[in-house]
Amino acid sequence: MPEPVLTLTGITKRFGDLVANDHISLELKRGEVLALLGENGAGKSTLVSILFGHYTADAGHIEVHGKPLHPGDPKAALAAGIGMVHQHFTLADNLSVLDNVMMGSEPLWQPFTRHAQARDKLMAVARQFGLSVDPKARVGSLSVGERQRVEILKALYRGARILILDEPTAVLTPQESENLFEVLAHMVAQGLSIIFISHKLGEVLRVSNRVAVLRGGKLVAQASALGTSQAQLAQWMVGHAIDAPVRRPAKSVGEAVCVLRQVSTGAGRERLNQVSLNLNAGEIVAIAGVSGNGQVALAELLCGTRQVSSGELTFLGQAMPPHPAELVALGVARIPEDRHAVGVVGDLPVWENAVSERLRSPAFSRWGWVRRAHARLYAKQVMDAFDVRGGGPLVPARALSGGNMQKLILGRALMHPSLIASDSIANSSTNPAMVQRNTPRLIIAHQPTWGLDIGAVAYVQAQLIAARDAGAAVLVISDDLDEVLTLGDRVAVMHAGEMTAANPALDWSREAIGLAMAGVAAHSGAHP
Amino acid sequence: MRLEKRSHSSSAAMLLAPLGAVAFTLMISALLVLWAGAPVGQTYGLLLKGGFGSVFALSETLTRAIPLMLTGLAAAVAFKARLFNIGAEGQLYVGAMAAVAVGGLHGGTGFDLPPALLFLLMMLAAALAGALLLLGPALMKAKLGVDEVVTTLLLNFIVLLLVSLMLDGPMKDPSAMGWPQSVALLGDLELSKLIEQTRVHTGLLWAVALAVGLWALMKYTVLGFDIRAVGANPRAAAFAGVSVTRTVVLVALLSGGLAGLAGAIEVAGRTSYLTLDMSPGYGYSGIVIAMLAGLHPLGVVLGSVFVAGVLVGADSMSRVVGVPTYIADVIVATSLISVLVATLLTQYKVKLK
Repeated sequence: MPEPVLTLTGITKRFGDLVANDHISLELKRGEVLALLGENGAGKSTLVSILFGHYTADAGHIEVHGKPLHPGDPKAALAAGIGMVHQHFTLADNLSVLDNVMMGSEPLWQPFTRHAQARDKLMAVARQFGLSVDPKARVGSLSVGERQRVEILKALYRGARILILDEPTAVLTPQESENLFEVLAHMVAQGLSIIFISHKLGEVLRVSNRVAVLRGGKLVAQASALGTSQAQLAQWMVGHAIDAPVRRPAKSVGEAVCVLRQVSTGAGRERLNQVSLNLNAGEIVAIAGVSGNGQVALAELLCGTRQVSSGELTFLGQAMPPHPAELVALGVARIPEDRHAVGVVGDLPVWENAVSERLRSPAFSRWGWVRRAHARLYAKQVMDAFDVRGGGPLVPARALSGGNMQKLILGRALMHPSLIASDSIANSSTNPAMVQRNTPRLIIAHQPTWGLDIGAVAYVQAQLIAARDAGAAVLVISDDLDEVLTLGDRVAVMHAGEMTAANPALDWSREAIGLAMAGVAAHSGAHP
Repeated sequence: MRLEKRSHSSSAAMLLAPLGAVAFTLMISALLVLWAGAPVGQTYGLLLKGGFGSVFALSETLTRAIPLMLTGLAAAVAFKARLFNIGAEGQLYVGAMAAVAVGGLHGGTGFDLPPALLFLLMMLAAALAGALLLLGPALMKAKLGVDEVVTTLLLNFIVLLLVSLMLDGPMKDPSAMGWPQSVALLGDLELSKLIEQTRVHTGLLWAVALAVGLWALMKYTVLGFDIRAVGANPRAAAFAGVSVTRTVVLVALLSGGLAGLAGAIEVAGRTSYLTLDMSPGYGYSGIVIAMLAGLHPLGVVLGSVFVAGVLVGADSMSRVVGVPTYIADVIVATSLISVLVATLLTQYKVKLK
């Protein structure tokens, strides 16, 4: 049995009333990959931040190689050989790989930087762990996978023996993920130990030796990856058995609701280049791709916050109006990528956010004055029908959890306010079952389940499928390949602003999608 | 020491924050009073009496509060939309110039309109002048990303030089024996006094009415929602269909217009002509008042009376106990900093490591 390199004992951290970490004790052994699994808010990030010295634990202690680690001091963590690879890279785009690696590792009072020496050391480390890299390349010109490699090298260069990877595959294509897993295997073989943080069950079982599951700040389970099923992991994560969403193909596909013909817009990484796509009633088209390949441009275009620069964009046979309020009035339901930054105005109350898209419609304003009673009633109905919890219509939207915020956005998008009759104002106790949903014609859902817990993911996906079955055309744009394959009746892949043909989901293999995400054979569609 | 975000801020704490800040300010300023060698209790007593202790004191305070209220509203509405208008001082002066141009210059030119109509024209011209002065910086901010703090601040100095030019040129009062002052308004256009034998005038009613109107606008109208949404999160506002540029432009017109009216009402209610020292920094004090009021229009009414009371009370206090009147500026400035800190503390708590 190899000796433990890292021991956490009774780590506890409170934020006010919230216990983010509740007496967590863990061991990491030499040459081991330990997966830290848990939903958002389970306490993974807090635990890692304590380990790396960003937070100080309220109780408990940490030992590295048998020696106590000075708490709350990132320098001590670095000196003890703990390296961290953040989900959002901490690299300077305008500097070379070598400069990025050296940054912060040299004393300031040294008159000259020792480039040659550092370069030799970097190349030695790279060779040792099988991470090929060009030290002169500018980081800005590297792909996401290569940047991650630089992040890892940075940690190894500083002598890390314990590597913490925070959601490392979130930004990678399937092929890039495979490469990463190979590198990890290589490092482990050399005696390094790795903590791998993720919420993707499949890859956790694939790369790790042991899995530790956090839920509500507590360590609820530890198990060897061998012989543990995904269903078991999911149950530990959520606390009860979960029905995995099942593919349900479209029943009857209607005619085209929204048509893009050779549409181009934008510039740089966020652009569309000659994209053609039909969105049909009663069908979900799912767009896969590594984020930053034009998905934002596509979503903004269809949400009315970006203009077409060339090509043709039609909605129900007419040119699509490039204005959010007109689109909403025509029956376009919009779910933006970033609910905090774009979906809601966090400082304003829930009821104002519930009507913000339709505030100019006669349902909610007259001669420039807001019909507050109507607006609040509608907000109440949305909250009831879509199970938005965490305070009434008067609390600021920022106080809602991510899942409830997403339900609010989904609810206001899917629920038409024409249902508010004057009698329901008088009788404001509404029965959720009584609220009919006037299904929108088109739904644009950009990363609709990003960062949600498993229960909320299932809820949002079920709502999208229900809307499709009621005849809406649905576009889902997602980084999550599982989501794309679960929801999509047809699937297209974006790379560098271009889009493959949208072929039936069953015609795509994961490998083919991965290749298309990497830009190989971007135009030739699916390769069975 | 570090700041941790509070999970929620209680509304009681948010109401108490400005009061606590004022109390803290008075404690800090007490040290300066002691340093000046005066008894603290008596000094503050005299300050209070000088600002609010008699009909005369109160009337002087209210007179001073009128322009402060209007510039405070100008700052409050602009800041709510994150348009940092530091140029209310300049907008006040162009408003005053426009008022003199419409209501004073034409004397004897046969431009005979009924006084009521002329009065309305004068006010409109002043509001328009202030609005147009802020329109440029607002458009440059919305379209080109030019920082409005710099542009509006610098415009203040340009406007003051323009006033100086006008007072020596086209607006010069020939009968003023060389004093740099403009021709006076027609007598019919001056605002009547609210209380006999004092200087407080009906401009107070205008200012309070505008405060109530602005409060209703912010709370009950679509435009009010637009302003609050654009200020709090412009991307989300744009996603919801609010035109950010249009909202910023409307806010600029509103804010500049209010500051312009401050100038016109000051001329029509108090001075009847324009001078270079007409405003002792009303435009800047308006920012302090808006912050003290938490950008709430009705809070601005209270805040302007508080600041005016301190300024007026300090004058009479210093005559008795010999503490320089600058203590008033110290109190006003310190209360701004205190209220900013107090507001921060309603949202964050301090953790000692």
